[in-house]
Amino acid sequence: MNHKIENVSRRHFLKVSGIGAGSFVLGSALPIAKPVWAEQSKLAVELNLFVSINTDNSVNIVCHRSEMGQGVRTSIPQVVADELCAKWDLVSVVQGLANAEYGSQNTDGSRSIRRFYTTLRQMGAAARAMLEQAAADLWKVDVSSVYADESYIHHKNSNRKVSFGYIAEAASKLTPPTNEELTFKSKKDFKLIGKPITGIDLPNIVTGNADFGQDIKMDSMLYASIERSKVLGAKVKSFNADAAKSVNGVVATFKMPDQPTPVVFHPMNGVAVIATNTWSAMQGRKVLDIEWELGANAEHNSADYVTELKSRIVNKGKEIRAEGDAYADLEKAKQTHSATYSIPYLIHAPMEPPAATAVFKDGKCEIWACTQTPQSTQANVARALGIEADDVIVNVTLLGGGFGRKSKPDFSVEAAILAKEMQRPVKVVWSREDDIQQGFYHAVSVQHFAAGMDENNLVSSWLQRTAFPSISWTFTGTVDEPQVGELSLGFGDVPFNIKNLSCETHKATGHIRIGWMRSVSNIQHAFAQGSFVDELAAKANISTYQMWQQLLGENRLVNPKTESFDYQNYGESLDVFPIDIKRLKHVLNDVIEKSGADGETSANEGWGISVHRSFVTYCAVATKVKVEENKVTVLEMHSSIDAGTIVNPDRVRSQQEGSMIFGLSLALLGEISVKDGAVEQSNYHDYQVLRMSQCPKIETYIVESDAPPGGVGEPGTPPVAASLANAIFHASGKRIRDLPIKNHMSV
Amino acid sequence: MIDFSVNGKQHQVDAEPMMPLLWVLRDMLGLTGSKYGCGMAQCGACTVHIDGQPVRACVMPISAVAGKKVTTIEGLSKDGNHPIQKAWIEHNVPQCGYCQSGQIMSAVALLEQNASPSDEDIDNYMQGNICRCGTYTRIKAAIKSVSSGPDLAKNVGDDA
Ligand code: FES
Ligand code: FES
Repeated sequence: MNHKIENVSRRHFLKVSGIGAGSFVLGSALPIAKPVWAEQSKLAVELNLFVSINTDNSVNIVCHRSEMGQGVRTSIPQVVADELCAKWDLVSVVQGLANAEYGSQNTDGSRSIRRFYTTLRQMGAAARAMLEQAAADLWKVDVSSVYADESYIHHKNSNRKVSFGYIAEAASKLTPPTNEELTFKSKKDFKLIGKPITGIDLPNIVTGNADFGQDIKMDSMLYASIERSKVLGAKVKSFNADAAKSVNGVVATFKMPDQPTPVVFHPMNGVAVIATNTWSAMQGRKVLDIEWELGANAEHNSADYVTELKSRIVNKGKEIRAEGDAYADLEKAKQTHSATYSIPYLIHAPMEPPAATAVFKDGKCEIWACTQTPQSTQANVARALGIEADDVIVNVTLLGGGFGRKSKPDFSVEAAILAKEMQRPVKVVWSREDDIQQGFYHAVSVQHFAAGMDENNLVSSWLQRTAFPSISWTFTGTVDEPQVGELSLGFGDVPFNIKNLSCETHKATGHIRIGWMRSVSNIQHAFAQGSFVDELAAKANISTYQMWQQLLGENRLVNPKTESFDYQNYGESLDVFPIDIKRLKHVLNDVIEKSGADGETSANEGWGISVHRSFVTYCAVATKVKVEENKVTVLEMHSSIDAGTIVNPDRVRSQQEGSMIFGLSLALLGEISVKDGAVEQSNYHDYQVLRMSQCPKIETYIVESDAPPGGVGEPGTPPVAASLANAIFHASGKRIRDLPIKNHMSV
Repeated sequence: MIDFSVNGKQHQVDAEPMMPLLWVLRDMLGLTGSKYGCGMAQCGACTVHIDGQPVRACVMPISAVAGKKVTTIEGLSKDGNHPIQKAWIEHNVPQCGYCQSGQIMSAVALLEQNASPSDEDIDNYMQGNICRCGTYTRIKAAIKSVSSGPDLAKNVGDDA
């Protein structure tokens, strides 16, 4: 079983046109320059875009999505191999190059399984049907009398069997079946789907043999480290090339092309130092002595910005969704409550900083990168070099974490520009400081909530406002308010059963690059909403659970679409993936029951709960903390997740653990501050992330469901911050509305 | 020229005396199992053993490694059969895997010093190793599963 990252050859793609374009091809990579680690694969017969069978009866299955710890290089082959009836031990995974034929390869939005589950099953079933037909033809029997199992085709009425490897070439000459002709396994016959199969890259990871973007090495390769502008848009006026070149190992310096506006994915302004090793390149940067022309963004200060947004948010904003008359009801309500929340800028800080290697030769470019988005990398590299996208090959390495950072292709474009300039392979290595100071940030945000209750303490009006610089600002330079895509993330889709509702936005423009980070705007919206529910419960003197029950109301399907709010539902139809109150309530009940969050606690201890639907998945979290002498200790975190059909329960569990820790980390510690346009933090000492001693006991409960698969990588994050802040309130009476917690108590 | 051994093999490198061991391993010797995560002894991704002691290779000047014996993740065992490596697979510890070389090298060093660490011992010892993916609970479980198990000390470096 070959587990090394291995990419499908370019020739392979030229011959393939969708499902079933069978032909005898070599599956080996034909790069312009071969990376040291590349391996040859065996002679293979291709049955379709995802499946080829080797003469030794082993199977290659393409993984077209990027592996960043979510287990997709295991779960994709699991689905295909199950329908194919292949023996798991004979399966190798082949990493897909950038290729539009696969459909989207942008590995974000928690949608690898959600979007491709059916397609992958079709690929497996189609290849199986062709193998069965070929065997039936060989034996001159009816195809209904043969079946596939464990990489063999068997004949029911005799003891005859033939291996996939033997029959594959004949199968590849058959006309592939149409989707309508395919037959699928029933759930009870699954041998791989739904099973906790061990990650196929694990043996390489634990021995140090896994290949990440930072690990690429080629003959005659140079290493580049780039000193980029600390203030977005600042321009290089002058720099000392000679000083940099006097550093041992430094080969050249290169002023990066001017970054246009809107900034999009264009590399930032700066100077690259190119050397024979990473260390020398980094040393060369230190003596560049760049003089910068700063520009307008140098006036940005995040603390002032939050103050400004807070002063704006208490006023009526632009209405995006409304029902009844929230303002009139607030006027006449028996009691009202309001609160304002904020979350600072945040950065992904994946363990592996971005890195990309490029080779430019004869007008063509080949990239190896830890990218979440090979197709966008291909398009952006082509544009930057002025060549056709077809002349750019993008190989995807393993990603040392992504969290959304690596779906921006800027670092690959940098490598491509430098490789062309140097006429040698160049690896661009981002330092941790680069990663923290020149990233695409989760937007600083402010939320304001108000509610009115009647004489029975029933909530009769609900007002919510949000303000943050939009991701669209990065792409336009002009958009200055939250956009519908962002408002569809836990804001406009508020699922409450309240007669008088108003959802409003306020203006906010960008000053540093704004991007998406694990669960995106759900972070701030779920924090504010989940906290405010807890606050209202306290006000009404009922449990938080009772308040959730009241607000969620009767079991029903919610459609938040209005004329002014074109709810996106994570790109899915509401018919297939409705907002189902029953499922929301179920995960909440489940987590409370299993965690004991409704039980008694010792002095100074408290439970907090929250629930949130995101990426069409339902997730509730219960957190228990202790607060003593203004120090919070997180004792336990429990979650219940209903993500519909599950492919690999162990990876669902590990993604839950990871996304909850990600949420806990940002709630306790996460803070990027900007002064005079520049990020103040620089490394893990001042942009702290959760460490082992801060990590509580974690329990995950997976709801059994036959619903279509929902997202898994992100839904664990949003409910965490509110459950934590609520737990702190119940333990100490202290309500924290401005994250991170570390600014209020020691953590 | 600086002489030292890595995973039982003698090396001579012509590097700047201040160049950290990490970059010598990664860029000059092609041993990329030790990872760069911070460059300032904050994350532990670069952890290797020098004469049996865990060290952050990103801040260890190569001149200080002269004459010493370095063990990296690649030299921890033949075929990934160190009990800790096996426990890591058994518990499905890694997510992205990038931090795991360092986690494993720290865990091995911990167990050599303390064959049956308490939860608190593990927290304290592993405090310098960040996992941004959040595999901490599994790391802890994996360490505990081998904590009073086979004699670890004799496995380390035997195969190097
Ligand atoms: S890279 Fe050495 S401790 Fe982070
Ligand atoms: S497994 Fe990804 S950083 Fe630890």
